[in-house]
Amino acid sequence: MRIGVSLLTLTIMALASLFVGVIDLTQAEDAEIWPLIRDSRFPRTVATLLTGASLAIAGQIMQTIARNRFVEPMTAGTGQGAALGILLAVVLVPGAPLSLQMLLASGTALCSSLGFFALTRRLPPTQPLLVPLVGLIYGGVIGAAVTYLAYQVDMLQVIEIWMNGEFSGTLRGRYELLWLAGLAALLSYLVADQFSILGLGEQVSLNLGLNYRQIVLLGLIMISVVSGLTVVTVGMIPFVGLVVPNLISRVAGDNLRRALPLTAIAGAGLVLAADLLGRLVIHPFEMPAGTVIGIVGAAMFLWLLYGSRRLAG
Amino acid sequence: MIDIEGVSYRIGGQDILRDVSLQMGPGGVIALVGPNGAGKSTLLSLIARLNALQSGRITVNGLPVGQVADDRLARELAILPQDLTVTIRLTVRDLVGFGRYPYHKGRPSEADDALVTQALGNFDLQDLADRVLETLSGGQRQRAFVAMAYAQDTAYLLLDEPLNNLDIAASRALMARLRALAIEKGRTVVIVLHDINYAAAYADRIIALKGGMVIADGAPKQIVTEGLLRDVFETDAKVFRVDDRSVVLV
Ligand SMILES: Nc1ncnc2c1ncn2[C@@H]1O[C@H](COP(=O)(O)OP(=O)(O)OP(=O)(O)O)[C@@H](O)[C@H]1O
Ligand SMILES: [Mg+2]
Repeated sequence: MRIGVSLLTLTIMALASLFVGVIDLTQAEDAEIWPLIRDSRFPRTVATLLTGASLAIAGQIMQTIARNRFVEPMTAGTGQGAALGILLAVVLVPGAPLSLQMLLASGTALCSSLGFFALTRRLPPTQPLLVPLVGLIYGGVIGAAVTYLAYQVDMLQVIEIWMNGEFSGTLRGRYELLWLAGLAALLSYLVADQFSILGLGEQVSLNLGLNYRQIVLLGLIMISVVSGLTVVTVGMIPFVGLVVPNLISRVAGDNLRRALPLTAIAGAGLVLAADLLGRLVIHPFEMPAGTVIGIVGAAMFLWLLYGSRRLAG
Repeated sequence: MIDIEGVSYRIGGQDILRDVSLQMGPGGVIALVGPNGAGKSTLLSLIARLNALQSGRITVNGLPVGQVADDRLARELAILPQDLTVTIRLTVRDLVGFGRYPYHKGRPSEADDALVTQALGNFDLQDLADRVLETLSGGQRQRAFVAMAYAQDTAYLLLDEPLNNLDIAASRALMARLRALAIEKGRTVVIVLHDINYAAAYADRIIALKGGMVIADGAPKQIVTEGLLRDVFETDAKVFRVDDRSVVLV
């Protein structure tokens, strides 16, 4: 029921997205419409949906593994790690194909996620805010390293594209990698129970016969692949991985078998809405979806934080 | 049988367990007692491969702990750890349902669901089944975790202080349930208890641990004496015999 309603809403939004842009479809020549939709509007809509769904799921899995509600890949170093990988690929192999950029981005994203978990593993569980704080600093340090490196090789303007995500470049032939991110997110549904059990901690996981390290690694690989692919194709989009899982946890709990489909739909909806909004507010110009989400997401997150206090009190 | 042979354990140069050798089961309720820091939780965590062995050998039903596959052992032995912090929002039914994970690996059958429902009933959790764990009282949550270990349906059950937070009715009901498991199904239940009276009333055998060593081991009637309380806990408490049972006057 809940899923049905949210899917319907998402479909309506997706259809609307096909009609919004600089060129008004109702005024356009018939012959122009199909190529426009095929090459630009459809890829863009699909890109927002795939990005939103996979980032939200990656956030949910990262939070479950970290056993902390306030972390997400784009602020805790994974996204910055991905940007570092792309930069390395571009610098070391001039004219590197997208597939190589993606491979390196996912690899460095995985390294920096492993680093994050090694850093936060020993933090006292009684201080849950330390984990996101360390994550922010850690992500900031890697981000600074990326900026410094980019400055050295005179590519500051290029990295801007990856550091602030937006969808205007998602044309046919340039967004298809995102299907892989969607696939990675989909595969995580197959091991939803295993991820949920991770959330109960290492001892309970071991007791239930789970190969703890293997499943954690699997989760980190999934998060890194999603981060690498989205940063390569559209750039960093913050807050989706943070806000959506928190929201879904409120309404559906953390049994991932139930929560993940809702997380995917809500994440897709949020990014699609942000992109739509970005295309509409200063029409015919565009505001990057990453910026819109930065604003909307921050507001939502504050509301979640204070809302939870009210519920608890 | 749980066979522990010459197990020692050190953390940071400090001896936590010293050359412990024990055989437990098959069958029966075995109470593990001893002062805080004696090494009870450490011993259980080694048996349940939550920590890796440093020296010595442990087998559970012939399966060498540390070498046998994790999921194989999970169908032979379940542990309820002492520290049960939950950070995720799960319902009681979800939690108890995960007890069946070692069998269904993510695809629960009807038989699994039936066992979960039965476990919920056995620990008086039907009315709480759809509540989120974080909204429960300490004792209710403790019962939910015990029900999860129970749903795991293993020949060996290790429980680290399961009576934490339980009221007297729930405590007695749990102990009676564990006894029934041992008698009717031949299960081996190893349970860490701080209340010697519960140990004396419900256990077939009491093992006392102190400073990482086994210093007493036997039937409650022989073990629970004023001398033992002095040796193990360094406290002077009177012990009486009531209804052929030793009772510590606290
Ligand atoms: N991670 C650790 N680092 C250092 N010392 C530890 C660690 N874990 C346990 N210990 C020490 O090992 C000893 C045994 O601990 P253990 O938890 O097994 O005791 P216990 O018998 O279960 O006590 P309690 O009745 O309080 O639960 C204690 O002295 C404890 O301080
Ligand atoms: Mg203990």
